[in-house]
Amino acid sequence: MTPTALERPRPDSPRDLFVSFSLLALQGFGGVLAIVQRELVEKKKWLTPEEFLEDWAVAQILPGPNVVNLSMMIGDRYFGMRGAVAALAGMLTFPLLIVLALAVVFAGVSDVPQVQGALRGMGAVASGLITATGLKLIGGLKDNVMGAAVCIVLAATTFIAVAWLRVPLVWVILVGGSLASVWAYRQLGLMAGLLSKLTSAP
Amino acid sequence: MISATATATATAITMTQTDWLALLVHFLSLSLLSIGGAITTAPEMHRYLVDDRHWLSDSQFTSSIALAQAAPGPNVLFIALIGWNIGVNAAGGMAGGMATWAYGLLGVTVAMMGILVPSATLTFAAARWGQRNRELRAVRAFKQGLAPIVVALLGATGFILVSRQGDSGTPWTTWLLVATATLLVWKTRLHILWLLGTGALVGALGWV
Repeated sequence: MTPTALERPRPDSPRDLFVSFSLLALQGFGGVLAIVQRELVEKKKWLTPEEFLEDWAVAQILPGPNVVNLSMMIGDRYFGMRGAVAALAGMLTFPLLIVLALAVVFAGVSDVPQVQGALRGMGAVASGLITATGLKLIGGLKDNVMGAAVCIVLAATTFIAVAWLRVPLVWVILVGGSLASVWAYRQLGLMAGLLSKLTSAP
Repeated sequence: MISATATATATAITMTQTDWLALLVHFLSLSLLSIGGAITTAPEMHRYLVDDRHWLSDSQFTSSIALAQAAPGPNVLFIALIGWNIGVNAAGGMAGGMATWAYGLLGVTVAMMGILVPSATLTFAAARWGQRNRELRAVRAFKQGLAPIVVALLGATGFILVSRQGDSGTPWTTWLLVATATLLVWKTRLHILWLLGTGALVGALGWV
């Protein structure tokens, strides 16, 4: 290990991980990712921005809630299994208690038209938040090896299949995902071949 | 079907042991499909839990997502609320006393264990492996191939959540609110709490 790696800030203990992740989960209204980035990269400096991006990419491809995956990966890196469990517990425990309390309170007033209306309004905002997250991620497709045309066709087909035709998700991911991965695999091979030709050319 | 006057109040249902098992299996199987977050499986959950099995009402489903989104913490907690609502329904509603709590917590446990255990186990193993092999052609092909699908799934989820609201079609004001929220989240750094607050206010006034 290099001296800089040794001197870098890091969590003291699984307990520190639990407390840190609890605190950042409790600040995350409408999603925790932005808070994770601010707290762990900018304030605590446990991760560099580059490391954060790499971890986030992996957390996103793997199934499961992204921030939950991310917290486990970070916890695991410092304290192995214990760290992963501590970070995961921190991310979920207190928010779970709060959301259940909200649900109980809500059940008592759910017949009030204003409450129904308020929740409908918040639901509309929540839909917007999810859609906007999708729109923000479009930028990440710019350098996709499959090319813009294939990406657009894939995205449009997925949207129509799920939103309009209500095709079960398993088929969309199995069929669409495999076809896309095979195509991407082929494109990566072509690119690698092209690169080696270019570099070997006199 | 859900009646035109459907509210988020509990609808009494009967859950047999087989039903609880089916619920667990449903979440277990969705767990490994929840690429891009548990929210991407929301359309499938809606199809199975609301349309096919009638274990919870459409408005319970939608309000679970809205409450989890409004509360602090990971959005995956909407799964806990869906489990809670199914449990409450199985207990015959909130008036059930201890039975409501017991069934509600059973629902939370079944739903959260189901959605988290397979994906967390896979993440634990795969993250170490993926980190070591991130330059591998197959790993890159998988990431690149799924990227546009994940993006589209987020859009589809947003669309389904809106179009499912209201029984006499979605009023244009709701679409306007969704579009405004989308634009503001996408293009500005406005805190989500302001947007949720505005949404709540506009909704309470009966405009959407």
